[in-house]
Amino acid sequence: MDSKLKIKMRGLDVKVFYGGKGALHGITLDILENKVIALIGPSGCGKSTFLRCLNRMNDTIEGALVTGRILLDEEDIYDPSVDVVELRARVGMVFQKPNPFPKSIYENVAYGPRIHGLAKSRTELDEIVEQSLIKAGLFNEVKDRLHDVGTSLSGGQQQRLCIARAIAVSPEVILMDEPCSALDPIATAKIEELIDDLRRNYTIAIVTHSMQQAARVSQFTAMFHLGNLVEVGATDTIFTSPQEQRTQDYITGRFG
Amino acid sequence: MPTQHTVRSFDKELNCLSKKIAEMGTHAVHMVERSIIAIVHDDKKLAKQVIADDIFLDEAERKIDEEAILIIARRQPMAVDLREIIGAIRISVDLERIGDMGKNIAKRTAILSDVRQADPFYHGLEAFAALALKQLNEVLDAYACCSLGRIDAVREHDDEIDSMYTSLFRELLTYMLEDPCNITVCTHLLFCAKNIERIGDHATNIAETVHYVITGIYPALERPKDDQTYRLGAGK
Amino acid sequence: MSLLSESHMKPLTRNIGLKRRYRAEKRFRAYGLIAICTGIFFLGALLWSIFSHGYSAFWQTSITLPVRLDAAVIDPQNRRDKNPQVLITANYPILIRNALSEKLSIAPDDHVGLRQVNRMFSSGVRVQLRKMVFDNPQLIGTTQTVTVLAAADIDSAVKGQINLAVPETKRKVSDRQVEWIHELAADGSLYKAFNTGLFTFAASSRPETSGLGAALIGSIYMILIVLALSLPIGVAAAIYLEEYARKNRFTDLIEININNLAAVPSIVFGLLGLAIFINFFGLPRSASLVGGLVLALMTLPTIIITTRSALRAVPSSIRSAALGLGASKIQMLFQHVLPLAAPGILTGTIISLARALGETAPLLLIGMVAFVANYPRTPMDPATALPVQIYMWASEAERAFVERTSGAIIVLLMFLAVMNIAAVLLRRRFEQP
Repeated sequence: MDSKLKIKMRGLDVKVFYGGKGALHGITLDILENKVIALIGPSGCGKSTFLRCLNRMNDTIEGALVTGRILLDEEDIYDPSVDVVELRARVGMVFQKPNPFPKSIYENVAYGPRIHGLAKSRTELDEIVEQSLIKAGLFNEVKDRLHDVGTSLSGGQQQRLCIARAIAVSPEVILMDEPCSALDPIATAKIEELIDDLRRNYTIAIVTHSMQQAARVSQFTAMFHLGNLVEVGATDTIFTSPQEQRTQDYITGRFG
Repeated sequence: MPTQHTVRSFDKELNCLSKKIAEMGTHAVHMVERSIIAIVHDDKKLAKQVIADDIFLDEAERKIDEEAILIIARRQPMAVDLREIIGAIRISVDLERIGDMGKNIAKRTAILSDVRQADPFYHGLEAFAALALKQLNEVLDAYACCSLGRIDAVREHDDEIDSMYTSLFRELLTYMLEDPCNITVCTHLLFCAKNIERIGDHATNIAETVHYVITGIYPALERPKDDQTYRLGAGK
Repeated sequence: MSLLSESHMKPLTRNIGLKRRYRAEKRFRAYGLIAICTGIFFLGALLWSIFSHGYSAFWQTSITLPVRLDAAVIDPQNRRDKNPQVLITANYPILIRNALSEKLSIAPDDHVGLRQVNRMFSSGVRVQLRKMVFDNPQLIGTTQTVTVLAAADIDSAVKGQINLAVPETKRKVSDRQVEWIHELAADGSLYKAFNTGLFTFAASSRPETSGLGAALIGSIYMILIVLALSLPIGVAAAIYLEEYARKNRFTDLIEININNLAAVPSIVFGLLGLAIFINFFGLPRSASLVGGLVLALMTLPTIIITTRSALRAVPSSIRSAALGLGASKIQMLFQHVLPLAAPGILTGTIISLARALGETAPLLLIGMVAFVANYPRTPMDPATALPVQIYMWASEAERAFVERTSGAIIVLLMFLAVMNIAAVLLRRRFEQP
């Protein structure tokens, strides 16, 4: 890969065990700054598990054990000195199902900055909320009803609200776990457009089941299978001429 | 391919596409063969048939285009499938061009029969055509069985075509220098030779496409592609 | 044409047992309807029986008449300045008897008549007049208009609960008394008024002066104690078990025990309270504190179980969302999970409170089945509870007590209805974000 690109996150021999059973068998993967990396692979291949390691969401699962090292700007995020709350403020997450809090649109976005004390005054908070909604491409659609409940929005709007909520805490990395799997094609297109915009300021890792989506939004693609990293490379190469037979079989729909 | 697609109708569609290519290939080879026979043995009836046959290739090419577009729209193919489909489109274009070359050669039969010369005039062309057709057959076989080894062999033989074309060029030039009466027939034969040389180029193109379909990368460009006859003058 | 002929060849419908299937469905619906009708019938019968017996308990016959507070009767020796005890021991019912017999113009030597007049009004007038005179001794010698309660039998007669066709000797109200009732009712001095006494009086052996006052206060004390104890303890325990505790054998054991405790008969909790709170800790018997503690123990498992299921019902996506934003676990719990679980928790709590309110058996064991004539001032004082009062009245024989039993049941049902409606309203309120 290009040497002038900065490595934002790096997984080194990451292994995950759920209740003693191995789910990931040593993943070593670099995530480059201001790039979108897509994690693809069949169900149960460990791509979501790996994604959840990146902001330690696996901590919340009972019986999950993570070994190996994951570096964020050269710093091991599994080091005991790293606070998980602080980590999650730096590595945000967007989930498969849009999950806005059952509160107002404003409160949804303001929640993160509020708990982390990012705004000193009400006007500052208003500013953060507005900026986040603008960045998420939602502001024009909701500016007249910021105090409506977030769950009253359409599915695609809800997902963009979740993205706005995630970027309101100014993370460095945004993890997306199949963000469009519950959305219609138009909403999906809007999210994809948004991802492309966000890439300028954030590093994005996205898990997706849609090969076309991975091909459209990402610059790099990592293919997982049975808890192993099969292949990683530039998206353009992976989707036209992958090196590994398993990748080939998966993306062409030949998986036995 | 080692395994089947989960969606089996996709396999069927791809198979159908490659079968059509094979058909086109056989037909193109046949056309060129017969056009050479027509010109060498002065068989105007056969030449007419060849000219009429060209329509088949035109139609086949259009059909392959349509089908490929449908498959892309329907399946959003990736990786090897995508390359295979794009390859099919390109190969069909090459084969159609080869058919045109055959037709062009066949068209000259009528004029050449008016200024018929002795057999030796035609031997060079016949041998040259045989070599080009051998190349083309090799390529089509390689495409049918996805064999990288045979492709490489084809590319190596490419030089032979070029050198044979150069020597044929010289030969015809010599005939023309000997007797200006030969100019008409030799000029036509030169055009035929040029067409056959183009067939060789198309075969090489197909070989490259097949290489890309199989490996995903284009072969290196070290091959001297042009014909070298532009350096040849009447005196040399 | 060919299409048409083909469709003719094929039968349009196949026999796939549709009729049979629809019949089965109809039958099933009929069963359900019958079940519901049966339920409604029994509920209606129950309510009808209670209300038809009990509604009259909310009305009480009173007699209003001018009474001369004769000093010669109250304090013949005029010693009240030195000895206030005189005012307490005075024979107040005589005053009412005199006033009433005067009004009905009965000769002072008609002893039979006077005795019958005496039985017209409640002997609770003794307490009533005593309080009036004792509070304000200046009233002695004046004539005051006093409203006294009619005796229970007269009350029953007025309400038509005594069959007058029965020979006079076999009923509790004589013909003369009936005449008097008509006479007094005609000039408006005998009338039925709303029975505030039902809610204010404490226990009494006379039906007309007995009420639910002490029981209401006891019940309210107990409910407050149950609420104050079991809600925080139950919710805290549920949160710990659901959110923090590791899943292992020990927590499994706790869970099984909680589920079992919820199914333990309530009387067992009464025994527990008797053994622990009264015998071991030495808390007073009949106190609403002990009752509240026992009921709190009883409701605790239910509250824990409902709270846990309410917590579990909060979608995990909300938890992930909060954690993913960098909320700490406690922020996630208190800012997102608990507000969403609150309606469920509240409903569970109110329903178990309602159950505690209606609980009788454990209270019997800790001595709350007492004759409590005075209002309990603190939770340590002897008290009874609404259902216990109902139980006690139900064992009385007099006609007026039967009426009051049903009246008390109506009051209890009203309380439960109010609590359940509150649960529904709270739930609605909380569910609107």
